[in-house]
Amino acid sequence: MSDSPDIVISARDIVVAFGERRVLDGVSLDVHKGEVLGFVGGSGQGKSVLTRTILGLVRKRSGSIRVFGQDRDAVSAAELRALEQRWGVLFQNGALFSGLTVRQNIQMPMRENRSISQRFMDELAMLKLQLVGLAADAADKFPSELSGGMVKRAALARALALDPELLFLDEPTSGLDPIGAADFDELIGTLQKTLGLTVFMVTHDLDSLYSICDRIAALANGKVIGSGSIAELLASDEPWLRAYFHGVRGERLTGLARRAPG
Amino acid sequence: MAQDPPAAPPDFVRSAAQGPARFALTGAWTLLASRRLEEKAAELAAQAQEAGGAVFDFSRVARLDTAGAFALNRVRTELAKAGFVGEFAAATPEQQLLLSETLLRGEVRPPPPGENFLFDLLADLGESFVGGLRETAHGVSFLGEFVVTLGALALRPGRFRLTSLVYQMENIAFRAIPIVTLINLSVGAIVAQQGIYELSRFGAASFSVDLIGILVLRELGVLLTSIMIAGRSGSAITAELGSMVMREEIDALRSMGLSPMEVLVAPRILALTLSLPMLTFVADMAALFGGLLVSWGYGGTSPAAFLALLQSAIKVRQFLVGLIKAPFMALVIGLISAQDGFATQGSAESLGRQVTAAVVKSIFMVIILDGLFAIFFTAIDF
Repeated sequence: MSDSPDIVISARDIVVAFGERRVLDGVSLDVHKGEVLGFVGGSGQGKSVLTRTILGLVRKRSGSIRVFGQDRDAVSAAELRALEQRWGVLFQNGALFSGLTVRQNIQMPMRENRSISQRFMDELAMLKLQLVGLAADAADKFPSELSGGMVKRAALARALALDPELLFLDEPTSGLDPIGAADFDELIGTLQKTLGLTVFMVTHDLDSLYSICDRIAALANGKVIGSGSIAELLASDEPWLRAYFHGVRGERLTGLARRAPG
Repeated sequence: MAQDPPAAPPDFVRSAAQGPARFALTGAWTLLASRRLEEKAAELAAQAQEAGGAVFDFSRVARLDTAGAFALNRVRTELAKAGFVGEFAAATPEQQLLLSETLLRGEVRPPPPGENFLFDLLADLGESFVGGLRETAHGVSFLGEFVVTLGALALRPGRFRLTSLVYQMENIAFRAIPIVTLINLSVGAIVAQQGIYELSRFGAASFSVDLIGILVLRELGVLLTSIMIAGRSGSAITAELGSMVMREEIDALRSMGLSPMEVLVAPRILALTLSLPMLTFVADMAALFGGLLVSWGYGGTSPAAFLALLQSAIKVRQFLVGLIKAPFMALVIGLISAQDGFATQGSAESLGRQVTAAVVKSIFMVIILDGLFAIFFTAIDF
């Protein structure tokens, strides 16, 4: 089934360990084309590690990762480079290049990988800023001059620079005010619809899970303990999932969701 | 989907139908086409204007992304500016959504242009001059703050961070011993070799011991060690404090009512001030030993004779002159490094700049200070 064209990421039996500690202990996960997958799990359970493993930033002990149907370990360096241009990553703290302005940050992937005129790059950078809801005057600011929310948006604009097919978001709404977070959710929803994006989103934001995620996977003790639609996970008897979705905060939202379905 | 055949590049076909010109767009209008996307869009705009308005047919578009949609939107905007009508036809709902999302509101401002070269040059010159003055003033106030902190610590020694001091001394002094020894051993050996070679022409080879003794003890030992420590530990201090500024750790300290000067700077500068004399002593011994080895192997002076000559050539004050300078060098290095670390701005580039500046300034000041000491010691005939 991992050869199905509809599966964008297929991770099989991933084991990642730091020293003796097995952070990921046989994780298997599929991400389908065009879906928004919310990835949840307790702090320190290895959500970010899995993301970084898929991106190739962390070495795995065993297991296989196929992205766009290509085995990460088997492709040549050139193919890997081509592969990496098909995804965009929003790191948790933005990871904007601090020595470049926002405009230069957004243009960096274009400049490196495409040959287009400076004028078109300027226009595209403005367009990306507009798409992520940043004012035009943010373009010539340096990351250190931006607020936390603006950094997130600018980093998303950079992640979208090459119009990727797959977007990794690491806690995109953390540190945003509720209005900003809702805007962000809506934005990701819109982008996903218009560009046919596949989104892999690590999040703790229950609102995001309810509002834009098509499917949710939960990680605990180094394994995926459940995946499916939110309704399926809500119905699960798994203790951690029950605690997660039926805790005080979860219950408040599910209560709201029940009152106003959809 | 990796097996997708690569879509055809963006192109368009003008159909010869009656009425308004109709352009059927084909291929993938995506950023992947790079410059071809721009060229085709410009061509399309030109032809559509020539035709006096056009209908753009999306039914054969293989793929469209924000860049493509944006380029097509621009074609239509340009048509509208020329007073013609451009119409998008047969776009799927997704494409329509994309087209409406990628309509650029507001205008594109180019990045702020640089002023002209001469103006920039003058502005830079003035800025660095004023910056230099400001920095000097800042340095003096930093020294004052440091002294006040030391005074406060002297009144309440319980607040002094002894663990931190010991840890810093391990890094600054203990771990620097091998490299300081090695450098000074080599320099002592080189001075001895050159001295013996040049002086033997006058039959005065035995004076090379005087040369080694005085040069090493008065100047070279302390100077080389200070330069080494400025590069090794001064840079580390700037980088540590600078990255702490960047990550708001300094602000966190302040918000807890702790003074960064007391917690971070005082132990480091004190450790430097204590370490540098010790290292200078190690350096002196290493350099003399290097001189001894070369005198023995190359000049034929036995170690016993070397030591006897050395004893008659130098007095304790030669040794003290070098040692007295060491703590002052350390203070200068520490103050400059710490101050530059705190002056770091938000970017990685700025951190790099500060570390470079700190090391360059430290070494420069160490040499200037050495010169001042030379004048001073001569004046008091020490």
